[in-house]
Amino acid sequence: MAGIVRYGSYVPYFRLSRAAMGAGKGERAVASYDEDSVSMAVEAARDAVRGDVAVDTVLFASTSPAYAEKLDTATIQAALDLPETVSSVELGGSSRMGLAALLLGLDLAAAGRRTLVCASDVIVGAPGGPRESQGGDGAVAFVTGNHREAIARMLGRASATLEILDVWRLPEERFPKQWEERFTADTMAPAITDTARRALRAAGVEASALATVILDGTNPRSMAGLPKALGLRPEQVADPLAATVGRTGVAHAGLLLARVLDRAKPGDRILVVCEADGADALVLEVTDAIEGMRPVRKVDRWIASKRNELAYNTYLKWRGILPFEPPRRPDPERPAAPPMRRHERWKLAFVGSRCLECQTGHLPPQRVCVKCGAVDRMRDERFADTSCRVATYTLDHLAYSLQPPVVAAFVDYEGGGRFSCELTDVEPARVAIGDHLEMTFRRLFTAQGVHNYFWKARPGR
Amino acid sequence: MASNGIKDRVAIVGMGCTPFGEHWDKGPEDLLVDAATETYRSAGIDPAQVDAYWLGTMASGFSGLMLSEALKIPYKPVTRLENMCATGSEAIRNAAYAVACGAYDLVMAIGVEKLKDSGYSGLVGANPPNDGTLSNMTAPATFSLLAPAYAKKYGVEEDTLKQVLARIAWKNHKNGAKNPKAQFRKEVPIETICKSPPVAGMLGIFDCSGVSDGSAAAILCRAEDAHRYAKHPIFIKALSFAAGPAEGYYSQDYDFTTFPEVVASSRDAYRQAGVKDPRAEISMAEVHDCFTPTELVLMEDMGFSPRGQAWRDVLDGRFDGEGPQPVNPDGGLKSFGHPIGASGLRMMYEMWLQLRGEAGPRQIAQPKLGLTHNLGGAPGRCVSFVSIVGAA
Repeated sequence: MAGIVRYGSYVPYFRLSRAAMGAGKGERAVASYDEDSVSMAVEAARDAVRGDVAVDTVLFASTSPAYAEKLDTATIQAALDLPETVSSVELGGSSRMGLAALLLGLDLAAAGRRTLVCASDVIVGAPGGPRESQGGDGAVAFVTGNHREAIARMLGRASATLEILDVWRLPEERFPKQWEERFTADTMAPAITDTARRALRAAGVEASALATVILDGTNPRSMAGLPKALGLRPEQVADPLAATVGRTGVAHAGLLLARVLDRAKPGDRILVVCEADGADALVLEVTDAIEGMRPVRKVDRWIASKRNELAYNTYLKWRGILPFEPPRRPDPERPAAPPMRRHERWKLAFVGSRCLECQTGHLPPQRVCVKCGAVDRMRDERFADTSCRVATYTLDHLAYSLQPPVVAAFVDYEGGGRFSCELTDVEPARVAIGDHLEMTFRRLFTAQGVHNYFWKARPGR
Repeated sequence: MASNGIKDRVAIVGMGCTPFGEHWDKGPEDLLVDAATETYRSAGIDPAQVDAYWLGTMASGFSGLMLSEALKIPYKPVTRLENMCATGSEAIRNAAYAVACGAYDLVMAIGVEKLKDSGYSGLVGANPPNDGTLSNMTAPATFSLLAPAYAKKYGVEEDTLKQVLARIAWKNHKNGAKNPKAQFRKEVPIETICKSPPVAGMLGIFDCSGVSDGSAAAILCRAEDAHRYAKHPIFIKALSFAAGPAEGYYSQDYDFTTFPEVVASSRDAYRQAGVKDPRAEISMAEVHDCFTPTELVLMEDMGFSPRGQAWRDVLDGRFDGEGPQPVNPDGGLKSFGHPIGASGLRMMYEMWLQLRGEAGPRQIAQPKLGLTHNLGGAPGRCVSFVSIVGAA
């Protein structure tokens, strides 16, 4: 038997209000200009693997992968400083693949392979359409393992796969299309209900005994009849976060599950149903192990930590939909493969070095100690989770950025070590020397088709 | 540390300098021809007499061929060198040592940079293939870090510091207004400087040096031969250079109120020249005012002002053109812009004029020792050059 051992979530800092798009109430979460599905997956997974949680396999699900060809899980593996011996699987093609990845991760766990399951999406829709306004950006990660160490054990599951023209997009297209909703709702509803029932039957759980039911899908209408069909009470159904986050594609069912786990009590039974091109359903039971295993950053904390005055044209610019006047500065240059490979643990895992003779920290790692001159007397040290402070900073109005001015700072790490880096998710006017910061994994820019990932610092979230 | 120096062993016997500015009609080769021709004439020599050349350019060309082809130098040694913003000064230093050791009798140091052809704002550096983790900070951003750090350390109110920085820009533009070779030849009111659009941190446009094209050159020979070429040669008293270990980028001890590289190179230069009290003995200085806070901090690092006091000296007019210790009498980088390879030689050109009494409306009364200072890099990670020269 298998279960969820650990988890983490991520909701980006920026919100776009639907009023700014002329699309009703509430707001959607927006990945910053320096984020993508991979960087957000890393942010979510950091909490799931914190404390050197060992994994054998990495699964990554996204409908918005960073590369069409080049393994995004490799970037995730490197950024999390996981061993290169992990196996990798990527899933895409439907927003159901997030929950599907979790089910696959549970299967692998049942077969004895601890698996890191990441689901992350940047949801972009054609300007003015419902996908743009109702979508959201976010990520979630689970580590699956043996039921004895699980915080939530799998009790049962079921799936259905339907060939139906609901949501579709050609590989070379930017925006997906969706068929008229009533057709999908009416056609899909029986299969969804059947899938949920089969999962409950497999779990041996009555619907009335469920603490929470998570319903997620491409088409809310297709799920509308499910509570009644299963005889659920309204309070059993989880908030879909439509007003605060929007539907985060493959991440959404998992993000809602993470939020439920954030407050679940041991013994709680949870049904998760995700609809897209059919449906997956999963029944879990929360165990005693959940106490003390919950991540520090809970979903509601991510949701509360935000800036929501983003202008619509800025959003369109960030997503590359709206062309804009570039600065009179050279375009960023593509990073080169050999130095990236040589410095992989620095660039992606943020591993510096510390002098064995005098304890001086070095970022990036050095062979010769800047303080005592010792040569090749260094040990690796990962600074990604080390608390740091602003030593000094400046607002750079000249540097290239999609969100000028660049806030550039010298950052001092607890225990020694200094680095000059960019701040992100920050209000420039509110930065002060001594501010507490934390490191965050970002996509600095894309040049000549190559994504350049590295770390920035952000005010604590 | 053995930095033995070559005090009074090498002389400069001829110099030339193009106007600095937007030379839309001239390429770097044209600027080299202009500067070299003026310099040969200044020394009263035929190009055939020159034994070897040192060419400083950051990125306007590559190899000695850039110069030998432009000037049609027939089969002689031409060294092309680069040391960031101190490139021009490095040409002088290496040329001087070659003469001092007796390898050559007569040499030329020449520097050039063509910045205005790029079409970009500010300086643009080209990095070798890299891992994509290099800092994105621009030059004004790195130097802007000096201002708040200085204000905090010495308890100077931010408004006062803004006035201090504005006065540095105002002074250098005032000097530059009297210089026919400067890029900007207008005085700029303090209010205009204070109100200029922001570039980085506290720095506005007027806190930054300009972007320009230019070239300058010098002919050097052993001191004993100097009077064969020049009635009024100038003599090298000290040449010092320091490249730092970039400690400020790694160590939390660095506080952004000093350039350790400048402290090291100026101390070394004073020792070579026998200068005990730079505040009293240095008659004038051309320093690397790339941004206004740089000049402020340099005054302390070079011992012109006690620590924490340079801001008062600036406000008191100590470094004004008519003050007791003029700094950047030619207008500095502020008025000339900063064509990288040429700037160090342009600074020396002002020493050449001043020590020979040829600086016209900018002439300083009876200068004895002059200092030039060039800086490349950023606070915490830089190279620094200091020279001291005198008329006798």
